[in-house]
Amino acid sequence: MTQLRRSLTVAMAIARKDAISELRGRQAAGSTLFFAALVLLLFGFALGPDAERLAQAAPGLLWLAIVFGGLITVARLHQLEAEDGALEQLALYPVDRRAIYAGKALAGAAAMLVLGGLLVPAAGILYGIPIGAAWVPLLTAVVLGAIGFAAVGTAYAGLTVRMRAREVLLPLLLLPIVAPLLLAAVKASSAVLAGDPLGEAGSWLQLLAAFDVIMLVVGAGTYGFLLEE
Amino acid sequence: MKTRILGWAALVAVVAAAVNGLFVVPADLNQGDAQRIMYVHVASAWLAYASFGVTALAGIGYLVRRDLRLDAIALAGAEVGVMFTAFTIWGGMMWGKPVWGVFWQWEDPRLTTTALLLALYIGYLLLRRLTDDPHRRAARAAVVGLIAAVDIPIVHFSVLWWRGLHQGPTIGDPSKLLHPSAPLLFVLALLAMVGAFTLTWAYLLIRRYQLARLEWQREEEARLSRIVAARRAAPPPLVGNVEEPAR
Repeated sequence: MTQLRRSLTVAMAIARKDAISELRGRQAAGSTLFFAALVLLLFGFALGPDAERLAQAAPGLLWLAIVFGGLITVARLHQLEAEDGALEQLALYPVDRRAIYAGKALAGAAAMLVLGGLLVPAAGILYGIPIGAAWVPLLTAVVLGAIGFAAVGTAYAGLTVRMRAREVLLPLLLLPIVAPLLLAAVKASSAVLAGDPLGEAGSWLQLLAAFDVIMLVVGAGTYGFLLEE
Repeated sequence: MKTRILGWAALVAVVAAAVNGLFVVPADLNQGDAQRIMYVHVASAWLAYASFGVTALAGIGYLVRRDLRLDAIALAGAEVGVMFTAFTIWGGMMWGKPVWGVFWQWEDPRLTTTALLLALYIGYLLLRRLTDDPHRRAARAAVVGLIAAVDIPIVHFSVLWWRGLHQGPTIGDPSKLLHPSAPLLFVLALLAMVGAFTLTWAYLLIRRYQLARLEWQREEEARLSRIVAARRAAPPPLVGNVEEPAR
């Protein structure tokens, strides 16, 4: 029990440290957000100006923007550590590696939650979709999506952070893995936006939750091997 | 020597199964000759999954034992698997064009799953190429292989629901070909092809493993010779031959 509490303390401390460095170095987080918003805008140019078509494609476009923003987010959280040689320090820390993983994943999920929380209303405005009526299930999808993406993203960012060509390799590895997450999140979102006529949103959210749990377990189990290097 | 015998046996079996599938077994009434693609298509799909299973298990084995031979098995599985996956997709497209009228059918969960499978393991092979240190490469590859293997069932289910929750299948389910109601001749031809492909698969896997060991040896030798060359190029010590200090 004390072991678990100690691990939780470590995880919270790491997540807090990441959050502080994100908030103080506002530029990086801000430009990620700006980039994702720009993606939303460009999708509008690519598919518009037919408002109906945009509204129909909106859930898919929104989630693609979140995924692209998330890619940058998880990469940055490890990049900052590696640049200052802090990753080695972190690896030498005499604590459970799973706690380190949990902390990094928590920080990534929190950052993505902020990203998603801002992109959903932006998509609502730009694409004219009624997010107000369905905000509870939409928020649930964003939370579950953020956790799932951070769960795999943290493991893969830790894996690629010291490699050459990591800017290309991380998306190449991560995008096919999160394909089911993208699919489930888009399906859940478009179902709730349409008023969930078939009652299927719940199953998609369950699939998202299952993805989260599985990837968290695998990530926690393997992250230690990546730090050992 | 044993491997060579296996190779010849695989070749003979594939030729025999191909002759059987192409000329001996009659063509399907509805699909015509296109149905014959199914024999190699199903066989290669099964071996693609088997390969990635080998990669995942060998990867876990490496993480536990830290034995580079297990990593060589994982590499062999991934490379052979990518080949069979590409072959599966290619065969499926060749079959899809005459039967469904399109090369790519988004509503077929197997096709979309297999395409993602190919992307996952091409990423795996790229990751291996971009890491030089053998143990580092093995550990990273093992983690990626494991996460990919865990992801495959999730991908499959999500794609299955993706179609299933919206509308019923509009096209004939390819697995119905395997239904017991299919003529026994067809089933036997398929089994023969699966057997022949499995022999080929085992042969390729062993050969790739041996090749990986040889490459690894050469890397070691190159490293040693670089060290020796560096020693020779170094300026001679100032005072005669000095023994290395005892530790």
